[in-house]
Amino acid sequence: MAGIRIESLAKRYNAVSAVDGVTLDVRDGEFLVLLGPSGCGKTTTLRMIAGFVAPSEGCVRIGARDVTHEPPYRRNIGLVFQNYALFPHLTVEENVAFGLRRRRVGEAAIRTRVATALSRVKLDGFGGRYPRAMSGGQQQRVAIARAIVIEPDVLLLDEPLSNLDAQLRHDVRGELRRLQTELGITTIMVTHDQDEAMSVADRLAVMEKGQVRQVGTPSEIYRRPADRFVASFVGRANFYAGRAERGIFVTASGLRLPVADLAEGADTLMIRPEAVGLRPAGADGLAATVETATYLGAGWELELRLAGGERLSVVAPDAGEHWRQGQILTAHVAPTAGVGMRTGS
Amino acid sequence: MSGETILGRRPVEILARAALRAATALVLAYIAMPLALVVWLSFMAGEIMVVPPEGYSLRWYGVAWNQDQLRSGFVTSLWVAAVATTLGLLVTVPASFALARGRFPGREAVLQLLMSPLIVPGIVIGASIYVFLVQVEIETGLPLAGSAWGIVVAHLLLTVPWCVRLVTANLVGVNRSVEEAALSLGASPLVTALTVTLPMIWPGLVAAAVFGFVVSFGNIEVSLFLVAPGQTTLPIAILQYLQWKIDPTIAAVSVAQIVLIGAALVATSRITNLGKVV
Ligand SMILES: Nc1ncnc2c1ncn2[C@@H]1O[C@H](COP(=O)(O)OP(=O)(O)O)[C@@H](O)[C@H]1O
Ligand SMILES: [Mg+2]
Repeated sequence: MAGIRIESLAKRYNAVSAVDGVTLDVRDGEFLVLLGPSGCGKTTTLRMIAGFVAPSEGCVRIGARDVTHEPPYRRNIGLVFQNYALFPHLTVEENVAFGLRRRRVGEAAIRTRVATALSRVKLDGFGGRYPRAMSGGQQQRVAIARAIVIEPDVLLLDEPLSNLDAQLRHDVRGELRRLQTELGITTIMVTHDQDEAMSVADRLAVMEKGQVRQVGTPSEIYRRPADRFVASFVGRANFYAGRAERGIFVTASGLRLPVADLAEGADTLMIRPEAVGLRPAGADGLAATVETATYLGAGWELELRLAGGERLSVVAPDAGEHWRQGQILTAHVAPTAGVGMRTGS
Repeated sequence: MSGETILGRRPVEILARAALRAATALVLAYIAMPLALVVWLSFMAGEIMVVPPEGYSLRWYGVAWNQDQLRSGFVTSLWVAAVATTLGLLVTVPASFALARGRFPGREAVLQLLMSPLIVPGIVIGASIYVFLVQVEIETGLPLAGSAWGIVVAHLLLTVPWCVRLVTANLVGVNRSVEEAALSLGASPLVTALTVTLPMIWPGLVAAAVFGFVVSFGNIEVSLFLVAPGQTTLPIAILQYLQWKIDPTIAAVSVAQIVLIGAALVATSRITNLGKVV
């Protein structure tokens, strides 16, 4: 096992910058997820770590080893692809045994290790089948078994759940996380799905346009996003332009909101819809009018208009009230609910 | 609807279908005709081919077998085709890897060059190789011009385009991430090619071998200048036989050849889905 350190990694294709100076430290045994929209350079980054793409700049270290110039077959990595990429001409057992055979492991040891790996992914008894005779979820579990059986230093997964249907995606991602914890294997997974990312990651690295925008635990990223892009990529958010004045954020229309840890120079305030409290009209907070109210069973989704004319989206749990259009109420934004950020524009 | 018959189809549609069937049958019959005629001829009892035949017999198969010239032609064709196909694959598989995977200057030109024997008339290929071999023989004293190896070299040019085309097409169809999975598991590029890629394109390799074999086995033009007494391929032996005698012997030989090649094609389509790999 080993951590991964990538430094100022960049990849240019002619004039196009696919990855533009990515620095990341993945701790030994950590599950890091690269999250970002399609085309932001996640796959390219992962393929540089795996050794299939030569970086234009920067270096990749696995443990103490600088592997930047090592070919993939000397990096000791486990790789899982979106399309499973099983060997169609080999049985499940031989698929899993492939990496062990390349390592000249003895026949008896191969048999026990393959059996252990298959049982870890709950595929005992499937060894004799061919990949084509298995479902997508089963094939992806074979691919995971094939990757972990070689006891790789790192496990790399590129959108491993994207080809599975919703329920299966949920199950396999749970298994993946459990397996990763059991084995304590340093893991980087790529995905564009923020639910998936949040649910499995120890830490997330959110990417945009070839760069890492923010690295942090799922709750850090969700609660304290570094910028507007990160904030909207991982969830819904209200944004207000304005300025910071000694702990108070003053919006363009003159609303004054106390904000904890407000950095001087912040020019945008972000508020998550579910961080807003709803109170009766006249209570302490922002006076607001209900523009639309949608009942969702578990709660309410409200569009409010504030006194200064701003809109505020709110998601509130169902506490027995019945919100109606035109109703006047008070929106309470706790000082810890708002996040000031600098958009730089 | 009013325009429909009880069967639910309009008369026009029924007519169109009948016409299509008839046209299909006609084309198939046209293609099968020479085959059927040859088979029929081979069973005619008389020495002179007349219709209606004097009777039927298997004697011409015996006669053919006892013609040393034809039998040795058959054997020569067999091993020449086998060797030319094997060599063709040995040359073209690595070349196809480079062509299907590599991005190098002149890639397109190399591909066209390897395909070019298809566009050069066979007689020209045969003649030029003959002239070349004679020249080499004069310079070095090696007896090349009259040897069967000259035929093999020439037939290699016949098998190469087929092998390149089929193997390259199959390689392009291989999912690259499967190869990458092998590399990530510790297999070098060579080991990956041998243990993953080639087994995956196995049907394409079989198809390439069969096409190469068939093209070589049936070739006349390329071989024409290169054969020598005792080193004659079957098609040329047939040609020579026809020059002094026309009887159903040749039909019997042809039937044997058709059966052999037909069996090879059937066997191939059993292992592989020919329609898919070609
Ligand atoms: N081989 C390549 N040649 C040219 N451009 C590429 C190549 N691979 C990726 N790119 C470009 O680099 C950018 C990042 O791609 P990728 O890493 O696949 O993004 P992601 O995995 O986040 O969707 C994209 O704009 C893509 O078009
Ligand atoms: Mg991708």
